[in-house]
Amino acid sequence: MTWDWEFTGRIIPDLLNGLAVTVQATVLGYTLALVLGLAVALVRRIPVIGTAVFAVMEFIRCTPLLVQLVFVFSLAPNTLSAFTIGVAVLGVHYAAYTAEVYRSGIEAVPAGQWEACRALSLPLHRTWGAVILPQAIRRVIPPLGNYLIAMFKDTPLLFAITVGELMYQASQIGGVYFRYLEAMTLVGLFFLLVSVPSAILIRQLERRYAAV
Amino acid sequence: MPQSDPRTSTGTHEPLIRFDQVVKRFGSLTVLDRLDFTVDAGERVTLIGPSGSGKTTILRLLMTLEQVTSGVIWVGGEPLSHRYQGDRLVRANEKHQRRVRKQIGMVFQQFNLFPNMTVRQNITEGPIHSLGISREEADQRARELLEMVDLSDKIDAHPAHLSGGQQQRVAIARALAMRPKILLLDEVTSALDPELVTGVLDVLRTVAETTDITMLLVTHEMQFARDVSHRVLMFDHGRIVEEGPPEQIFGDPKEERTKAFLHAVLD
Repeated sequence: MTWDWEFTGRIIPDLLNGLAVTVQATVLGYTLALVLGLAVALVRRIPVIGTAVFAVMEFIRCTPLLVQLVFVFSLAPNTLSAFTIGVAVLGVHYAAYTAEVYRSGIEAVPAGQWEACRALSLPLHRTWGAVILPQAIRRVIPPLGNYLIAMFKDTPLLFAITVGELMYQASQIGGVYFRYLEAMTLVGLFFLLVSVPSAILIRQLERRYAAV
Repeated sequence: MPQSDPRTSTGTHEPLIRFDQVVKRFGSLTVLDRLDFTVDAGERVTLIGPSGSGKTTILRLLMTLEQVTSGVIWVGGEPLSHRYQGDRLVRANEKHQRRVRKQIGMVFQQFNLFPNMTVRQNITEGPIHSLGISREEADQRARELLEMVDLSDKIDAHPAHLSGGQQQRVAIARALAMRPKILLLDEVTSALDPELVTGVLDVLRTVAETTDITMLLVTHEMQFARDVSHRVLMFDHGRIVEEGPPEQIFGDPKEERTKAFLHAVLD
């Protein structure tokens, strides 16, 4: 099989559309994972409820994302789009991981900080919002950034539930023209073009926030 | 140094702090053993004794960083560790402790400043969000206190850019900004390089001379303790083995345990 430049040019617009969907799904899913993960990390500190939430998160971490996607897609009502379901499952799945990251960040805040809050009788929302979380989150920016890239690379799984992301587009093209070389090469290239700059950006954030 | 003894000035009265048969255990280790003592308003009391003798635990119990195993702590005639339910004393909840402990401030060995805030924010956070004072008033108070601790030019600095001694002086300002009746000082110079100790002690001397704040100090700075305190309590194994005015405890200790401890420390 030889590389066909003319064919490559023709399929690029469709693939760029796919890339746009991939990036959207990543951004929305990651936002959900950041917010939900923080909520889970906080709720986990409550007795009983926290244990129940921990069990659910452990279950999510221990089953494959692909299985979760197909399972939820096949049970969800038809009114929900595949994209919505994909973003929700991605977000919840990664929240199970970001929750652990937040937890480790919160536990790394020295006991003296809690004691100082208590000595000043700060209300709970200031203790968390002004003292503990700003310090905890600063510490965990690097691992959170790594999960962003990991999630981006997991988005091709949305292909399984017919979300029109990059991998889906490439496979459609392949199916129609019986040519996979150009499309799949471009998929890999596009992922690389987004991942590598993101990784560099995250390393820079890491350097900037490493020292508390 | 004003040395009027507050105990004789008002006759019979309720002390500001009263420990009533206080026991504190950590697992099988008894840190405080049925401890009774009182501190009067305006008194400055130094707690001395070997490490593990329970001095720091007393401060931590007053700040409600620890809870008593049994016994009752009273502050200003009100129970701190407990609260009244009808006429019965029950364990205090967080709401009750928050209200009572607002009269108490603490300075820690490791400063414990908030590293994500400026000096100004560190000092105004408590007054604004805990006491409900306006930002302008809290800011004004922060300026005055920073002037007192001689750090006016650091108001917008972050703690990481200050020396240990400077950080501890900010921590003292932060505690005083809450206008506490009682100030707890937990080995506030122990984590400092020797050349930074004097500056912190000078600030505390000023506080002692210019205010009538009741102070409980745990310190190894014996000369400082001698200069500022009205009374010294010598602890060992969670009990008071000797107490008296600093001249007597440091100059003419009666108990063998006190003599041995002072001998070891002053060498």
